[in-house]
Amino acid sequence: MTSERPKILTDKTHIPGIETFDVYRKNGGYSAVEKALKTMTPDEVVEEVKKSGVRGRGGAGFPMGMKWSFLAKPEGVPRYLVCNGDESEPGTFKDHWLMKTIPHLLIEGMIVSSYALGANTSYIYVRGELMYVVRILEKAIAEAKAAGFLGKNILGSGYDLELYVQPGGGAYICGEETALLESLEGKRGNPRNKPPFPAVKGLYQCPTVVNNVESIATTSWIVNNGGDAYAAIGIGRSTGTKLISASGHLKKPGVYEIPLGLPVQEFIYSDEWCGGIRDGHHLKAVVAGGSSVPILPAAMLLKTASGEDRLMSYESLSDGGFATGTMMGSGGFIAMDETACVVKNTWNFSRFYHHESCGQCSPCREGTGWMEKVLHRIEHGHGSMHDIDLLVDVAKKIEGNTICPLGDAAAWPVASAIRHFRDEFEWHITHPQEATRPGAIFKGHMELV
Amino acid sequence: MKVTIDNITIEVEPGTTILQAARKIGPEVAPPAMCYYEPLKASGGKCRACLVKVTAGSEKDPRPMPKLVPSCITQVQDGMIVENTVNEQVLETRKGIVEFLLLNHPLDCPICDQAGECHLQDFSFQHGVQQTRYEEERRTFEKQDLGPNIQLHMTRCILCYRCVFTADQITGNRVHGVLNRGDHAEISTYIEKAIDNDFSGNVIDVCPVGALTDKTYRFKNRVWFTKPVDAHCDCEKCSGKVTLWYRGDEVIRVTARKNQWGEVLEFICNTCRFERKNTADWTIEGPTKVARHSVISANKYGANKIVPEFARRLAASQYKDVHEGRDTSQLNIKQLPEERFKQLIPPAGESAVAGIRSIQNWADDK
Ligand SMILES: Cc1cc2nc3c(=O)[nH]c(=O)nc-3n(C[C@H](O)[C@H](O)[C@H](O)COP(=O)(O)O)c2cc1C
Ligand code: SF4
Ligand code: SF4
Ligand code: SF4
Ligand code: FES
Repeated sequence: MTSERPKILTDKTHIPGIETFDVYRKNGGYSAVEKALKTMTPDEVVEEVKKSGVRGRGGAGFPMGMKWSFLAKPEGVPRYLVCNGDESEPGTFKDHWLMKTIPHLLIEGMIVSSYALGANTSYIYVRGELMYVVRILEKAIAEAKAAGFLGKNILGSGYDLELYVQPGGGAYICGEETALLESLEGKRGNPRNKPPFPAVKGLYQCPTVVNNVESIATTSWIVNNGGDAYAAIGIGRSTGTKLISASGHLKKPGVYEIPLGLPVQEFIYSDEWCGGIRDGHHLKAVVAGGSSVPILPAAMLLKTASGEDRLMSYESLSDGGFATGTMMGSGGFIAMDETACVVKNTWNFSRFYHHESCGQCSPCREGTGWMEKVLHRIEHGHGSMHDIDLLVDVAKKIEGNTICPLGDAAAWPVASAIRHFRDEFEWHITHPQEATRPGAIFKGHMELV
Repeated sequence: MKVTIDNITIEVEPGTTILQAARKIGPEVAPPAMCYYEPLKASGGKCRACLVKVTAGSEKDPRPMPKLVPSCITQVQDGMIVENTVNEQVLETRKGIVEFLLLNHPLDCPICDQAGECHLQDFSFQHGVQQTRYEEERRTFEKQDLGPNIQLHMTRCILCYRCVFTADQITGNRVHGVLNRGDHAEISTYIEKAIDNDFSGNVIDVCPVGALTDKTYRFKNRVWFTKPVDAHCDCEKCSGKVTLWYRGDEVIRVTARKNQWGEVLEFICNTCRFERKNTADWTIEGPTKVARHSVISANKYGANKIVPEFARRLAASQYKDVHEGRDTSQLNIKQLPEERFKQLIPPAGESAVAGIRSIQNWADDK
């Protein structure tokens, strides 16, 4: 690890006992709460977050300060901040790691952010499978409350905040912000039609901001160091650092905090980060931002269409649109070497979206199951050539026509896999016996790196 | 405020949705609605049958909307321009929606009590393609009795949520009605519990398909052989305004009255629906005007006098009628290509009976 790399979220995570209030506090924790509540107005906090240029880390990358400034503020109506800790996308596991490793960083961020937004009740919605994380957070909240950082009249500032942790019921769809709000209200987690957006009508029909765990966790640093200092890190409109959940055939998978703008090549191959592809193997394909984003062949990921080095930034990853680019997404970086079967992987993703569709709108409800079944057929050697075009067409009919982006998220992996790996799909159809052999490796004209 | 739909401009109240505005113009431009139901709060937005293209958001901000929007829940803005039947992308998407809705649908119309007044039949006939590309096994459920008078064929359900909202809004205070997710979601026992209620029978009327049917009418007759008559009675529970469905002199079914969009005008109680099946229970007002459903109206008015709604809707002449005399000079007019009409219009002079037959043939083919 080189020391000059900026660390915003992970500078203290190596300290033993950092999950306890005392150790966190001794290492400078909760200074952002003191600074914000004692020396800044809520609007000044919003201003710093705006200046920082930090973008939502939950997937869509919407500028956080801008989202905050859209929050409606009608008289006499409560406002809410809801932290999205549902993290259920295949390939993404950074929020889970952050919450269990340094829970007080999130709680400190929640206090600062709630103060900025004028919320007196805030929620952290945690993925249902992670009950032990719920307990860690509840313990941390109790500690912070005992120390006077939560509850009534925090630090004598006159500001009150109650913070609650709500475990989900184990549905991926409850990570979609409006489904999350429904679930938080005790209802079935069906996404709402938008508009109205949560900023106008959110939790209990009141103005609400929903932000990702990582997004909220950055706010303490921004308050302490200023928005300009944050914006100085990163590249262009991709400011600051980002947690990447690296998995797959890498030498060193794990959660990394990277400065945005790091070359993809360096992230994969440098010993400072993933350390390259496992010995004796070569990189074939990468899903760079969690299962929802388009899969790219290795060469296309490392270089943009114009031949430049691709960087780990929102702009560079999406350079070339879907024809040659992908998306930053939630930062779930899944690397596959030549032993991975793209057809099988696509089927597997499809199975996930089929299982997780809430079933409200017909294109997603019916289309996800259809794609899954056709992919299953191809993967198991019973496909026909027109199945490939059928998949493209079904994906197209889902995309953009659904209530929430889960429909798109189900369509993109299928469409992109066929776009870039069509010959592998065809091979499964023309050589079913070979392709369905255990350990079969496609050796078509595929560029490995 | 002004809104232009398929080149026809009309004036509507603020808060009107695109679908409502289109319905005001008339059935020729009204998008199909499989989940939206005006009498039920919060309905709509789910089936995506009503997606339309907004080519200009408003007078102030004339940019087109990037995606197709659900017309049933999208409010018009002053100066909005909408394309429905004149937009190829909309029609193409709608074909996809039909295909999706039919994907897991049994299409057992020949033994389905809803046949002839089924919105899914109408929708797929008007907007669908003739073949499915689905080769996989369809999902099925066991039939379920919801109390003594209502039967649920979950296999035919399109998850429009109308019955859920009905159970929620007119039969007492409950929230859920759907279990599980995705294509394995089902309307379930929650409804069963709510069904012991004076107004529960209304879920039959709101259901666009044959998923919720009246057990007292089960297999009694095909709807196009019955005679609908408006009638009323003095009822202490509801308005008592109903439609009686006769076979000969026998009342074989009682339903609420519906408007031309198939929406219930006034919900009726279970006593009127299930127990008052004698002419003596009612004061007869006269034949029911059936505006929407081709098959029923064909029977009522005689086969040769009326062109079925679905064919009429697609007729080029009618399409032109709607647009005649309107100032379309400033608008971005896109006509449907000639060949499309050729495909869609039944040969000249085709009667309603032939239209019905083609529905049947088409259904039998499936
Ligand atoms: C199907 C689906 C699942 C999602 N899951 C998550 C999730 O687990 N965590 C998350 O932060 N955002 C998730 N999102 C994105 C949220 O809707 C929302 O955009 C995000 O929480 C906003 O926070 P941010 O602006 O800080 O990124 C999901 C979106 C969709 C459509
Ligand atoms: S897109 Fe899928 S998950 Fe989202 S609302 Fe529609 S059916 Fe539910
Ligand atoms: S009549 Fe309607 S609900 Fe019944 S089987 Fe046919 S399409 Fe399905
Ligand atoms: S049972 Fe009928 S009304 Fe209820 S959701 Fe299904 S199709 Fe809609
Ligand atoms: S009628 Fe509009 S989405 Fe169903």
